[in-house]
Amino acid sequence: MTSSYLLQQVLNGLVLGSVYALAAVGFSMIYGIVRLINFAHGDVLMVGAFTAFGILLVFGFPLWAAVLAVLTIGAILAMLIDLVAFRPQRNAPQVNGFITSLGVSILMQNLGILLLSGRPRPFNLPDWLRSNLEIAGARMTVLEVVTVVITLVVLAGLTLFVRGTRLGIGMRATAENPTAARLMGIRVNRAIATAFALGGALAGLAGLLYAGRAGQIHPLMGFVPGLKAFVAAVIGGVGSLVGAVLGGYLLGFAEVLFVGLMPPAYGSYRDAFVFGLLILILLIMPNGLMGRAAEERA
Amino acid sequence: MSLQRHHLAWGLLAAAVVALVAFAEARLSGYERTVMGFAGIYAMLAISLSFSNGLTGLFSLGHPAFMMVGGYVAAILTFPANRKGFMLPALPEWMATLEWSLFPATLAGGVAAAAVAVIAGFPVLRLRGHYLAVATLGLIIILRVVINNADGVTRGALGLNGIPRHTDLWWIFGWLALCLFVCWRLKYSSVGRSLLAIRENEMAAACMGVPRARAKLAAFALGAFFAGVGGALWAHLLTNLTPGSFSITLAFMLVVMVVVGGSGSLIGAAIAAVAITFLSEALRPVEQAVGAYGLVQIVIAVLLIAMLLLRPQGLFASAEPALLRPAPFRARRPRHPSQVEKREV
Repeated sequence: MTSSYLLQQVLNGLVLGSVYALAAVGFSMIYGIVRLINFAHGDVLMVGAFTAFGILLVFGFPLWAAVLAVLTIGAILAMLIDLVAFRPQRNAPQVNGFITSLGVSILMQNLGILLLSGRPRPFNLPDWLRSNLEIAGARMTVLEVVTVVITLVVLAGLTLFVRGTRLGIGMRATAENPTAARLMGIRVNRAIATAFALGGALAGLAGLLYAGRAGQIHPLMGFVPGLKAFVAAVIGGVGSLVGAVLGGYLLGFAEVLFVGLMPPAYGSYRDAFVFGLLILILLIMPNGLMGRAAEERA
Repeated sequence: MSLQRHHLAWGLLAAAVVALVAFAEARLSGYERTVMGFAGIYAMLAISLSFSNGLTGLFSLGHPAFMMVGGYVAAILTFPANRKGFMLPALPEWMATLEWSLFPATLAGGVAAAAVAVIAGFPVLRLRGHYLAVATLGLIIILRVVINNADGVTRGALGLNGIPRHTDLWWIFGWLALCLFVCWRLKYSSVGRSLLAIRENEMAAACMGVPRARAKLAAFALGAFFAGVGGALWAHLLTNLTPGSFSITLAFMLVVMVVVGGSGSLIGAAIAAVAITFLSEALRPVEQAVGAYGLVQIVIAVLLIAMLLLRPQGLFASAEPALLRPAPFRARRPRHPSQVEKREV
């Protein structure tokens, strides 16, 4: 195994991990604030990919316009889902929200099939994004470099937002204790809507980058990355943003290493490996890497 | 024990189902019998899921995984021995010559599924709520990958076809009756009370002496047993199996049935299962005529969301129709406002 091969694997892991991290952060943020496992998160990612398809390939706008569009559409869509499906049942048992999100997910997938057809479409980014760069013997496409850079910038911005702004502090207070937050004059519903909007925007962006890697898009494409975002969020400790980023990168590296190091015959066990890993982690560290222990009350 | 009203109601219900099955076997077309067979299988799956998910509060999405185990085990056992040699070359010697009949094969499928549930249950059942849901979803994916790759025994993604069509409506509704009987008797026993206590408050249940780990594992395994049986019946009704048939969409459909029926309500789950099967079968021609693929799923998803928003407890909540309940469990009119809140079971 040469060092450039190893570097190549590390870079691949970094790119895959960036996409997972983007999706996982939104997932984790929504869970942290409303204790909801949002299954429709992956489908927001799918809509993001289709939006990018329309902007870039149908209308031929530049990349920055596509990024702007996926962020906006993702945010609006996620807020809409919250408003229609989740807000009316804030006080219902947690499982109801989870089942609702399953329903929203199936609804969105099938609306996608109905309106956009279930056939996969090629998603070819402009040539300059697909050209190769050499870094110390390892190769990366421009898209991959862009992916890593955008992810790091966005995550840094998000951290500053949550730590420093009034709305961010309100979000953290709501996550801590919604009732107390409301008593302190925080608009709880607005804080929750913000979490959905941010999570949706990041999922939309992840959709653009994911589709760019995969080279094709279809209405069911959100399912696998959605599940993997969940796995990443759980590894990091659901509810913790830093944890979700960490979990995303860990999962990305683990997957790349699994495929890179195992004999090719086992490559198809990749998804089984991811879920085996999930169950293992939940057993050893039920709260993930950065999660806080949940107390059990009678 | 004297004859009571609910005995009469059960007798009438059983007679009606027997008459319906006899009529269907004699008069209805093959397609109509298949639809009815699916309604029966879904009813059994929904009842067992309502028992383990609804009554015990184990929110598992793993039913399709157990159906996969039951279906493949049973199908390999009943598969014609003369075709096993070239279709399934990697089978061990002693299995390649077997050619069981339906009943023992179904039973073996159920037992295999329950065994998988016990093995998977040890780690997985320690998780709560949605962690459990996603871990069991992972179980579907893990089993699918395993079956896809073990193509010498399962024919992988190609699917196993040419399974003998052994299943008829008598088998399906016989198993359905057994499933309902077992789940019902357990629900109205001390075991059922323990499970309900675990759902309502696990720690309080443990304090009252409910062996929660064992009880949860047993409920999970029971649900998996009937899922395995359902998978076996399904395989011998449809005569082919692919890992893709036991999808997450199927898990979703079953959850919808439980939610619509009311989690923990066995009869509610059965009614919802039958209604949803017929509804989706009735919509299918519409879907094809208009070319609007995905319509069935959309209707069901909207139904589910509307149900959760407007009547989150489902048709029957955790209770059963009063007519079928033994007298001590029948609802009395609330005499005082404080009793209105009490949940019936």
